Amino acid sequence: MPESQPRLHDFPGGLHLAPHKEASTAQPLQTAALPARVVLPLQQHIGEAAVPLVRPGDRVLTGQVIARSEGYVSAPVHATVSGTVTAIADQPVPHPSGLLAPCIVIESDGRDQWFEPRRPLPDWQTLDPERLRQRIREMGIVGLGGAGFPSAVKMNPGGDHPVTTLVINGAECEPYISCDDMLMRERAAEVIEGCRIIRHVVQAERCLIGIEDNKPQAITAMRAALGDATDLEILSIPTRYPTGGEKQLIRVLTGREVPSNGLPVDVGVLCHNVGTAAAVYRAVRYHEPLISRIVTLTGAAMARPGNWAVRLGTLVSDLVAGAGGYTPDVDRLIMGGPMMGFALASDEVPITKTLNCILAADRRELPPPPQPLPCIRCTACVDVCPAQLLPHQLYWYARARDFDKTQDFHLFDCIECGCCSYVCPSHIPLVQYYRFAKTEIWHQEQERRKADLARRRHEFRLARLEREKAERARRIRERKKAVKPETGGDDKQAVIQQALERARARKQAQGATPRNTDNLTEAQQRQIEAAEARRRAAGKPAPGGRNEPD
Amino acid sequence: MRFHTYSSPHLTGPNEVGLLMHRVAWALAPGALAAIWFFGWGVLLNLALSLATCLGAEALMLRLRGRPVGPALRDGSAGLTGLLLGLALPPLAPWWVVLVGGLFAMVLGKHLFGGLGYNPFNPAMVGYVVLLISFPREMTLWPPPQGVAGLHPGLLDALAWKFLGQLPVGQGLDSLTMASPLDAVRTHIGLGQRLEEIRHLPVFGSLAGRGWEWVNLGYLAGGLWLLRARLIHWRIPTAVLGSLFVLAMVFHLYDPDNYASPLFHLLSGATMLGAFFIATDPVTASSTPRGQLIYGAGIGLIVYVIRNWGGYPDGMAFAVLLMNIATPTLDYYTRPPVFGERDPDE
Repeated sequence: MPESQPRLHDFPGGLHLAPHKEASTAQPLQTAALPARVVLPLQQHIGEAAVPLVRPGDRVLTGQVIARSEGYVSAPVHATVSGTVTAIADQPVPHPSGLLAPCIVIESDGRDQWFEPRRPLPDWQTLDPERLRQRIREMGIVGLGGAGFPSAVKMNPGGDHPVTTLVINGAECEPYISCDDMLMRERAAEVIEGCRIIRHVVQAERCLIGIEDNKPQAITAMRAALGDATDLEILSIPTRYPTGGEKQLIRVLTGREVPSNGLPVDVGVLCHNVGTAAAVYRAVRYHEPLISRIVTLTGAAMARPGNWAVRLGTLVSDLVAGAGGYTPDVDRLIMGGPMMGFALASDEVPITKTLNCILAADRRELPPPPQPLPCIRCTACVDVCPAQLLPHQLYWYARARDFDKTQDFHLFDCIECGCCSYVCPSHIPLVQYYRFAKTEIWHQEQERRKADLARRRHEFRLARLEREKAERARRIRERKKAVKPETGGDDKQAVIQQALERARARKQAQGATPRNTDNLTEAQQRQIEAAEARRRAAGKPAPGGRNEPD
Repeated sequence: MRFHTYSSPHLTGPNEVGLLMHRVAWALAPGALAAIWFFGWGVLLNLALSLATCLGAEALMLRLRGRPVGPALRDGSAGLTGLLLGLALPPLAPWWVVLVGGLFAMVLGKHLFGGLGYNPFNPAMVGYVVLLISFPREMTLWPPPQGVAGLHPGLLDALAWKFLGQLPVGQGLDSLTMASPLDAVRTHIGLGQRLEEIRHLPVFGSLAGRGWEWVNLGYLAGGLWLLRARLIHWRIPTAVLGSLFVLAMVFHLYDPDNYASPLFHLLSGATMLGAFFIATDPVTASSTPRGQLIYGAGIGLIVYVIRNWGGYPDGMAFAVLLMNIATPTLDYYTRPPVFGERDPDE
């Protein structure tokens, strides 16, 4: 490919951070040993949790669906090893609060026996996008860049939102993380083919692949895999955090600005990660569900940093132990990168679809945060904010719990990239304040909805009581009205007369009581006739009123 | 295995409030050295006295408020206030004037509002204005600059005057002090003289006031270094100097006999100290791009108005405090559009 490429654009703010990616890219991609046990959370994506289809004791095969998606924004879960389901129970999952969540636990039989039949779709170009979307959906693919939004949903923006440009995110701008880098280096052809499939699915006119220029080997590999084809454009973009943010990357590659509170599709763009593209390729071409991913193990306290292809559900502790373990002075364990990742309290948690990096740091590498000082409004945060917010004002309002004002100042445009906290001379954990404000607002909204519902119910009940009262009053009024004209003397006599007649007629009708010989079967009738004949022969009269004259 | 958990981001940048304040303090050096050279020991004594008062008051207030003293003293903010106040005060001001100014700055101007970051007004300017209004005579005690005929007291004489109120033997206070150029212009124009006639007074130098021009150029140099080091933004100083320059230019062209040249205004009084070091105090200045331009332009305007038609020879302190009042409003109404709100450039 020639070096010439379309003009790139700039996004506001951002930081130049030391990449720290060399350690984990020094050796090629390795495949982790098959785990003895996997723990698969029912929710590894944004949206509704999946619903289990298996029960403890069931035998499952690799790739078999063990939990179906629930609702539209959801993704199924597949067994990532063959073996036996031993439990469906709450287990620790990777979450900032050390949360327990429902998981399916599978004890591996070590044979890795795959489900049958596999139905690859090698001629995907000829297939309807809906058919491919269905496949992507069934294979449980979610955004592997970090957010974990079900990919099939994202690939279906609806008819009134045409997609002109597909943006493939290979920026990987956050320090330390290198799983996308290694993926592009070693499986470039899969990524390229996956991009083509997604492009076909969303019917985009162009497909732009953005890769930060600090990954020359990945760019070279991708260009080599593309060869002379011109249907995709691979662009080397300047290294600056957070250029891998969706809105930032779209800005850099297309010059378009996703509207505040809007989605990329509002400007005709869809954005997917290179990892997602590779997973889509495997799902379509080999009928392979999302059962493994590449995870970067890195940090000063990781004995042997590197990238590992690992089955989902493998415990972090097992993966790290198999990869050489920690150094003795390990202090902090971060899932994701050092800017947006969250610290894990324990490594007894499973690798999920969205876990891209485990960073084990010692105290020299990531010292404990310094004591915060008061904000001096120096506006260093304003200069680096990629969303062009006023982070210091948001901080003051969040601190004062003035949540209306935080929304006024576009709190929900904050992508929590952490640039503001990084440059803050007072070391204020700004992002934490924004998360606090966001959750408070969500909580308030929930409360408001609940209160609204209660109020509507109450008002409805009052209205119903009112209506019933009115109806009762109306009925009484009408009854009274109906009774009034019958109070005339002759009419009264007539009414009484009528009632008497009705009573008499009823009595007459009751008087003709049915006899027990009225409804008889033929056999009974014959019996009776035989008895009558005997009686007649004996010269006795028939009993009852049924004696017929002889 | 258990690990420590903190909130993201886990990386911490190299910025420190203390570092910021110390760098700003160092940037004062060229102007301060020029001031010491031209106006003698009194400047140095003011600096020492003011610094000690402000640090002492900060420590005392922190203790009274039950806050940790060490970290707050290390952040350098109290020291910087002390330096700015010390440089603003007349070199021959008695010791108690400096003390009162420092105490008002730190106690009233800063800690009664909640300490660092919470004060709506620039503390040094609060102290300065309190002194200007309360002790107008003491606040005019500027000595003649080096190179102008007059008495230039040595260290001992300066100490004796400052702390004991003793003048050198056989000298009156008048021989020790001299009207500043801004004051001179004001007085003589008030007497109906034309600028052309005043320019020959010894207090004037080649560009503006003798000595003052160098002090201002020193602060300008320090300010430019602050800009280069990205410790301050260009907007506030540029707006202050720009509006002062434009106003002075308009009036000077209209009536050169009664209105001094723009260069004179830029290099006189507290112009450069104010534009680069006082108006840029982040705590009390506007924090939005447009707000900063308006804030700076407002300061330049008020300075010019006070210098020409107000009751004081210089107006930087009043200008800064008045614009401090406007800061929250400016910030609210000049919010920049966020990403995705403006029109894309193509």
